[in-house]
Amino acid sequence: MTTIRIPTPLRPYTSGQTEVPVAGATVGAVLSDLTAKYPTLKQHLYTEAGELRAFVNVFLNDEDVRHLNGPETPVQDHDKLMIIPSIAGGK
Amino acid sequence: MLTISAETLKALEAHGESAYPAEGAGLLFGTNNGDGNKTVADILPLANRWEAEEQYHRFLITPPDMLRGEQAAARRGLDVIGVFHSHPDHPAEPSGFDRDWALPFYSYIITTVEKGAATRSRSWLLKEDRSAYDEETIQSIERLTKL
Repeated sequence: MTTIRIPTPLRPYTSGQTEVPVAGATVGAVLSDLTAKYPTLKQHLYTEAGELRAFVNVFLNDEDVRHLNGPETPVQDHDKLMIIPSIAGGK
Repeated sequence: MLTISAETLKALEAHGESAYPAEGAGLLFGTNNGDGNKTVADILPLANRWEAEEQYHRFLITPPDMLRGEQAAARRGLDVIGVFHSHPDHPAEPSGFDRDWALPFYSYIITTVEKGAATRSRSWLLKEDRSAYDEETIQSIERLTKL
């Protein structure tokens, strides 16, 4: 089991926790476990179509998993996972 | 309610003016006081990382900049409590694009910059169901007690 760091605006959905224990052999499995444990978090991580929202970035040991193997990226015990949002917008 | 000193609000608006005609953006550092009230202690202006030719209507704060911002806030005993950005020659109201990228809890200050001059700033909070925003009152005060 490992932990995943939750960004400040999403901590109300994880009972205020900054670091949440999660289980899963891949990044995708870890995120499924996270949203199963905290269902109200899901709408802010995923679109209605079930896709990860564009602003959600998952880092594994300081590397963006998009540069690794995306949701299939293997996760091992003691890996450091973080959700770091991109912030964007415009008129 | 979002409380901010007049000096900090002026600095935030000046960043939008300096970015014009592109959108300027940055982070709000401060504290969450509970009951829907937050206090801005400082701002962190950041580079707009969207493609240059689209910056007239788009801004982007990348994850590395976001992480550095969070670490800088934490070193000062503060949190990132929101985001500010400017709308060149456009109302200080969130767009559908703003909403697609918005996160709950953050205060989103939007500043209208008309022909290079900031004219109005408004703050917005994403609704829980992500359907729209609620406007948040900005309380600008002369001086804040040091946080």
